[in-house]
Amino acid sequence: MGERRDRRIMGTRIQKNGKDRWLGALAILFALVIWEIVAAGIIRYPFILPAPTDVASAFVSLVHSGTIFLDLQASLVHFAIGLGAALLVGIPLGIAMGWSRRLDAFLDPLVELIRPIPPLAWIPFAIIWFGLTAWSAGFVIFIGAVFPIIINTYSGFRGVPRIFVEAGKMLGCTKSRDLIRYIAFPAALPSVAAGIRIATGVGWMCLVAAELFGVSNYGLGQKLWWFYNLHQMDSVVVYMIILGLIGLAFDMLFRYYIERYFLKWRTGEVA
Amino acid sequence: MGNLEIRDLNQSFSKDDGTRLVVLDHLNFEVRDKEFVCILGSSGCGKTTLLRLIAGLDEAQAGTIFLDGVEMKGTNPKVGMVFQEYSLFPWRTVIDNIAFGLEMQGMAKEERYRIAEHYLDLVSLTQFRDSYPSELSGGMRQRVAVARALALDPVLLLMDEPFGALDAQTRNMLQKELLDIWEKTRKTIVFITHSVDEAVFLSDRIIVLTPRPGRICRIFEVQLPRPRDRTSVEFAQVRREVLDLINLNCSIQ
Repeated sequence: MGERRDRRIMGTRIQKNGKDRWLGALAILFALVIWEIVAAGIIRYPFILPAPTDVASAFVSLVHSGTIFLDLQASLVHFAIGLGAALLVGIPLGIAMGWSRRLDAFLDPLVELIRPIPPLAWIPFAIIWFGLTAWSAGFVIFIGAVFPIIINTYSGFRGVPRIFVEAGKMLGCTKSRDLIRYIAFPAALPSVAAGIRIATGVGWMCLVAAELFGVSNYGLGQKLWWFYNLHQMDSVVVYMIILGLIGLAFDMLFRYYIERYFLKWRTGEVA
Repeated sequence: MGNLEIRDLNQSFSKDDGTRLVVLDHLNFEVRDKEFVCILGSSGCGKTTLLRLIAGLDEAQAGTIFLDGVEMKGTNPKVGMVFQEYSLFPWRTVIDNIAFGLEMQGMAKEERYRIAEHYLDLVSLTQFRDSYPSELSGGMRQRVAVARALALDPVLLLMDEPFGALDAQTRNMLQKELLDIWEKTRKTIVFITHSVDEAVFLSDRIIVLTPRPGRICRIFEVQLPRPRDRTSVEFAQVRREVLDLINLNCSIQ
């Protein structure tokens, strides 16, 4: 919670002040200049540290060849499978455990036992069960993404103020299904969304590792490793930057659209 | 109609040491149709427990509650409730909060908005139709809560210290507004308070509870004509009468 709030405060600060934004851009520019000087002027060995200019020209040729788009597409498919499955499994499971104490008692030990296993430790079984397919990369991403979704949905449901449920009951919303749909789920939604945001970040990290194991001939993580084997470090950096930028794009999507939606009704309640 | 009848109501909770804490002890009383009754008592006298039983949110250990001769079990759309804490759904706009109960009944959007707008107007918050509760002051939120409870057209309205968290000025204003609404809608109202002043200002009758175990100590008829003037001699007299009797007979041991 604390981390999420801090990040939002940082986000709004950057958003609010145009001058601050220029300062940030200046820092990036400054870092690029230093990088160029160190790489092209001091080290002069692109295998150790390719210069920004090398990276830029590598980017241009990668775009020309077109593989970069196939990689992007493959990675997004892997990610969609993993995150989609994590949502389909995690949200209902989190709701069930958050709503029913008996289901919680039943499922919690199992969840707590599986959760600490690092997602990457599932890679051997992912390959055995799903072969070298998009599904096996999706499975590893699923393992990484599903737990933050379960935990946050669960705690969101546990945190629903009793008064909302009672007010709902007084107004004729008495069936469990309706109480979940009209009261508990909307009340828990900010927490669920926070879980999805965390899951997106974790899933994106798992993507690279899952693709390293060659589950397909395309993919951002797969290409990163492939170019490393070819010692084309400038292309490796291109893929690193693309991975970072897409991760950032996912996060921005949450920060600017979803949190703004919640801010409409949560102002004054959080602060 | 809105005739409430409480017969032999008992409620107790078991304590950690195995003994039982009796909260309500053989409570018997009636509230007539269209009557405004205040239940007055210090904190811990079981008045909220009593209201929750009438609301159907909790189950009594023994005893029965009748509404117009029919025994009540569980929550009932004929009974509306305004809570002490802020209970508006923060993710819904004001109009969608008021229309919530109608939506649960499966009423079409246009129809339920039409009804909700009527109650929005009744609590004079028309210009806040599309605001979120977080944008409203405490007094406005409780007015919306009243409108939301009334939208289902209950015969009995339960109010659990609804103005307890408000400042004195807002509180006095809302008391007047509530009486206006009561005149217009003619509901039976059971209103819980720990303020003698509030009870004397609002009610036809005041039921005073003793604390632990909760029993009826006295029932006062407040004969003062409405609108009542808090600063009048008669008002002060009734107030003193109630206070004296509470101090004499109904205080905490």
